[in-house]
Amino acid sequence: MAIVFEKTKGLTDKETHYCPGCTHGIIHRLVAEVLEELDVLGNAIGVAPVGCSVLAYDYFNVDMHEASHGRAPAVATGIKRAMPNNVVFTYQGDGDLASIGTAEIVHVAHRGEKITTIFVNNAIYGMTGGQMAPTTLIGQKATTCQDGRSKAHSGMPLRVSEMLATIDGAAFVERVSVHNPVEIRKAKKAIKKAFECQIKGEGFSIVEVLSTCPTNWGIAPTESLKWLEANMIPYYPLGNFRTPEEA
Amino acid sequence: MLNEKVICAGFGGQGVMSMGQLLTYAGMVEDKQVSWLPSYGPEMRGGTANCNVIVADSLIGSPIINDDATCAIVMNLPSLDKFEVDVAPKGKILINSSLIEKKAKRDDITAYYIPANEIALELGNARVANMVMLGAYIELSKAVKIESLHKALQKVFGGSKAHLIAVNEEALARGAEFVR
Amino acid sequence: MAKVLMKGNEAIGAAAIQAGCKYFFGYPITPQNELPEYMSKELPKNDGVFVQAESEVAAINMVYGAAGCGVRVMTSSSSPGIALKQEGITYIAGAELPCVIVNIVRGGPGLGGIQPAQSDYFQSTRGGGNGDYKLLVLAPANLQEMVDMVQEAFDMADYYRNPVMVVGDGMIGQMMEPIEFRTPVKRELPSKEGWATTGTKGNRKPHIINSLFLDPQGLEDHNIRLQKKYKTMKENEARYEAYNMENAEIVLAAYGTTSRICKNAIDKLKEEGINIGLIRPQTLWPFPEKAFQEIPETVKAALTVEMSEGQMIDDVRLALNGKIPTEFYGRSGGMIPTPDAIIDKIKEMLGGLK
Repeated sequence: MAIVFEKTKGLTDKETHYCPGCTHGIIHRLVAEVLEELDVLGNAIGVAPVGCSVLAYDYFNVDMHEASHGRAPAVATGIKRAMPNNVVFTYQGDGDLASIGTAEIVHVAHRGEKITTIFVNNAIYGMTGGQMAPTTLIGQKATTCQDGRSKAHSGMPLRVSEMLATIDGAAFVERVSVHNPVEIRKAKKAIKKAFECQIKGEGFSIVEVLSTCPTNWGIAPTESLKWLEANMIPYYPLGNFRTPEEA
Repeated sequence: MLNEKVICAGFGGQGVMSMGQLLTYAGMVEDKQVSWLPSYGPEMRGGTANCNVIVADSLIGSPIINDDATCAIVMNLPSLDKFEVDVAPKGKILINSSLIEKKAKRDDITAYYIPANEIALELGNARVANMVMLGAYIELSKAVKIESLHKALQKVFGGSKAHLIAVNEEALARGAEFVR
Repeated sequence: MAKVLMKGNEAIGAAAIQAGCKYFFGYPITPQNELPEYMSKELPKNDGVFVQAESEVAAINMVYGAAGCGVRVMTSSSSPGIALKQEGITYIAGAELPCVIVNIVRGGPGLGGIQPAQSDYFQSTRGGGNGDYKLLVLAPANLQEMVDMVQEAFDMADYYRNPVMVVGDGMIGQMMEPIEFRTPVKRELPSKEGWATTGTKGNRKPHIINSLFLDPQGLEDHNIRLQKKYKTMKENEARYEAYNMENAEIVLAAYGTTSRICKNAIDKLKEEGINIGLIRPQTLWPFPEKAFQEIPETVKAALTVEMSEGQMIDDVRLALNGKIPTEFYGRSGGMIPTPDAIIDKIKEMLGGLK
């Protein structure tokens, strides 16, 4: 019998702790498949964040560091400077990267650090129970803005990709989504390009992946995918903001 | 037993730090116990600067000179005002009379007035005024041998700065001569 | 090797490079700037890398990353900067990674000042970050000891897989003294191959650098293992210098810069026929308790002298355990005790004893 599908070697056999309908699992798999396709699994060192993907070190089948909240880009810098021939990546959520870790993400881009960041944006703090993130949309309810986020009180949601694209050291910046199979395929392509960019030594690369949080959004998984498309994409437009040719 | 405690003080740029370092280096060349402690902070940036140098036969405890300096070398007026009190009785104060008109107040210490800037200008390099003062101090204290200072100069002015050694040596000699 | 005259901060850098340190991550703060400056110039010449981080927080996390790869790595800062590094330090201690951290202490609290102080004693010895952890804390009093200790610190860090902190102060960092680079006593160092993240190369299980243990029993087990390690450190690494202890009437306790001033006071009093001893902890953690437990019978009281409002005195009191009265003399904020002030305090105590 012909084998039509095999799980990537880039993931361990450990069952993930992610909630039903959460897209972290898809994104993990995309990253792992890309690492395998690029034949760098034995050479990769990943950095897990604090947040829902805190246990990513148990799922990726590569050497991993668990960083403190927001500091993954700094940890990755230390790794890459010590091991310049390894492929180094961080996997971070929006509370981790866009709130507490803004200094680290800006400066890893500013130095043009040859690492890749997978930035999972689901517009909320998941692990801690649905608090408002810098990426939470106007009107979106969260446990620390129960009537919905207001501009007057909390400002407008932060567009990380657009911000990082202004930095010369950021060689590759792209925003993708995983709410349907077409977009998932595009996301994988972007992730692959980002790692290739690192391997070629072009500079810092980041892929922002719009993601769902059915549990904390309080919406069923399939509805969440629709909500993402209807609400997040208009504010966080998909597309490439920077590629090595432009940088 | 040798236990020289010297305060070198002046404006930033008058070479008080390097004057102290040369003395320290010369002491080390002679296998003496030495320490050099600078003032640091905002005062370094354009204001007054000073360093404490100890050259001794036995182990040095604290590198700080409190009120027991055997000598103060002052290159400008604020330094005279500030450090005269720190000289131990029977100690010396070497005053750069090119820039300081005032006399030392105390009569339990010996003051020497050395026109360091004028002498340096005669040598064609205003920047060696510090070496004139250091030469005078060595002549008076015999803390280290002049040859050790020459060795220290060779270390400090290596490579592209080697052409400066001669004028520095000359300045040391002129300072010594002035107080002889 | 011949003696060289170097500034303290630069000597630390030279000693680190001598010890095989290849990576330095730092951030500017007075009075330690000469150290990162020196490393930025010298590390590239020695096949190493210097990175000026965006903050102390980032710098210590870069250290965490590099240390996890098994390389010799160092960072330095001064008090407020070390406060910022505490997050990374506890992660490094929790993940059991070797590294060397230098604190050139300045006065606090808050932004404080930039002049020498010893007010970070609690911060260094009590675990400045969260959780039950210990650093090995070395406190040199002169530059020769500083370079010897910095070199040894890297071996100690590798030996115990634990961060080692070297505590100086503005004076030690800024002053110049002749130094000689010597080879430290060799320790049998464990291989890092079993845990360093260098890539699996497809022929081993992934290595994970981590301090997260969500299962309470797992975390307690981890803590028990750490405590066992700390106990070994305590048994093997406590060091001190005893000075003029024979027939001493009072024993002084002081470390680093302050111990040097105490020696001046002791020598002066000796000329007057007064015998005062000094115990100078060379390791702040582990604290050399034994030295205090074994003081001669002639000693009637202890005086702790610090450039702080009284921190090490807690450890002196714990070590003496009520055996003799213990008093304190300190200056803070960058003010430095004078030998005469210490002498006055000693005489006041002697008066009370008679």
